[in-house]
Amino acid sequence: MTTAVGTLPGTTAATLESADPKPIIEPRSEFDIDISGTVGKPFVDNPKMQSRNCNVFYDDKQAIFDVDLDIGKNEIIALIGPSGCGKSTYLRVFNRMNDTIPICRVTGEHTLDGQDIYAKDQDPVLLRARVGMVFQKPNPFPKSIYDNVAYGARLHGLASNRSELDDLVEASLIKAGLFSEVKDDLQKPGTGLSGGQQQRLCIARAIAVDPEVILMDEPTSALDPIATAVIEELMDDLKTNYTIAIVTHSMQQAARVSQRTAYFHLGKLVEVNDTNQVFTNPEHKLTENYITGRFG
Amino acid sequence: MEIGQHISQRYNQELEDIRSQVLKMGGLVEGQAEGAVKALLERDGDLAKTISKQDYKVNKMEVDIDEECARVIARRQPTASDLRLVIAVVKVITDLERVGDEAAKIASYSIKLAEKKTVTQMYAELEHLSQLVLNMLHDALDAFARLDVEQSLTVISLEKKINTEFNNLSRLLITHMMEDPRHIKNVLRITWCARSLERIGDHSRNICEYVVYLVKGKDIRHTKIDEVLPEYFPDDDEI
Repeated sequence: MTTAVGTLPGTTAATLESADPKPIIEPRSEFDIDISGTVGKPFVDNPKMQSRNCNVFYDDKQAIFDVDLDIGKNEIIALIGPSGCGKSTYLRVFNRMNDTIPICRVTGEHTLDGQDIYAKDQDPVLLRARVGMVFQKPNPFPKSIYDNVAYGARLHGLASNRSELDDLVEASLIKAGLFSEVKDDLQKPGTGLSGGQQQRLCIARAIAVDPEVILMDEPTSALDPIATAVIEELMDDLKTNYTIAIVTHSMQQAARVSQRTAYFHLGKLVEVNDTNQVFTNPEHKLTENYITGRFG
Repeated sequence: MEIGQHISQRYNQELEDIRSQVLKMGGLVEGQAEGAVKALLERDGDLAKTISKQDYKVNKMEVDIDEECARVIARRQPTASDLRLVIAVVKVITDLERVGDEAAKIASYSIKLAEKKTVTQMYAELEHLSQLVLNMLHDALDAFARLDVEQSLTVISLEKKINTEFNNLSRLLITHMMEDPRHIKNVLRITWCARSLERIGDHSRNICEYVVYLVKGKDIRHTKIDEVLPEYFPDDDEI
């Protein structure tokens, strides 16, 4: 058995996304397994967001290759794949977070409810209010718990007076499953909470501006199993009102929370299928290798 | 489909261990079934006693393998083909254990039958059924060892033949009972043996169904073989 582990040939995103220069997955696969197209069901009947011919470049290096994918209404879709496969880069396409990286260029058509989100007259700030994001590390503002949640609502003028704002903050904290734990400490700094509570605070902050889609980039990778379970339970509740796309390194998490799973490999979308199928009988050899922990 | 190639060598080892344990158990069970049939047909009371006593070995292996599977599920959370392997194994060994039970039953009837000289004339048919069933069990275990879907489907399609044989034999045995009611007790013993053989055939078929599930990820239980075959052999009218 060959066990040589090297750098991925032609990799672009690996170096940008991950500090680990040596991916665990062996590059051999690139030569003997076909990854020219996507297998499975990338399209759904009731899409909330759609992406067609998506290509992402960092300067002249390409990170995402011709990806077509729908995110269905009220579904949780999990994006999985080895480090550097481009899943986070791709997630950030959906609320134009890549705009903040000067060398990053996105091509293709991307829509939210059929509207082009990369249109010239689309304000990215308004887009991000509709498509919220939760990051790997909880990043509460150095403000009170109350102000953290109220921040976006104030920015977008969602409340006309103090009591409306109070209600909004309370409702968001309740939805994020945090209210009962912090209701007497709303004026204390958000940074004083535990990691799991901070992450739920960030979710409350994302919910407060009443988004339609929530993008989560490894939201629980810095949390312990209990806090993770709380967040996963929360995601399950949230999906009745929101559409969620989650990038995760934990395959068990993808299996637990999502309805559909998309597997990325070297910037390509290899397979999208129902989560049940992906974890019991994946269509593509590379998906199988990844989720069973085999050499690629 | 392959078992190795995991990044974790120990995981490879654990799955490989489970698989080899199942093969070992398969060998043991096959030996038990062959021994029971031999004891029955050759009226070997001593062999029958040995077979009957050895059933505990099969039971112990079932428990051990089950435990190992539970450990792998808890520690590794297997997915995809690994998950199907563990599930298939848990099911295969249940059927193997039942085959062991059937062999022990045949052995215990053989102890009684070995003492009687009066019932030998219907052994020819019994021998035929035994051979069919033992071959079927052997091929099923072989299909599992080689993860051979084609052979599995061939074994599954044998079941009809076994049923026909069993029905023919039953009719014959009933005739014997009607001819001479004094034989009823022993002919019934033979009937139970035939019934056990037929059950071994059923278990062999089950094992083959798990092989198809393991390799193809498709559950073909409770599906008529005629419906399954065209899917795997669309160009073949023979099978």
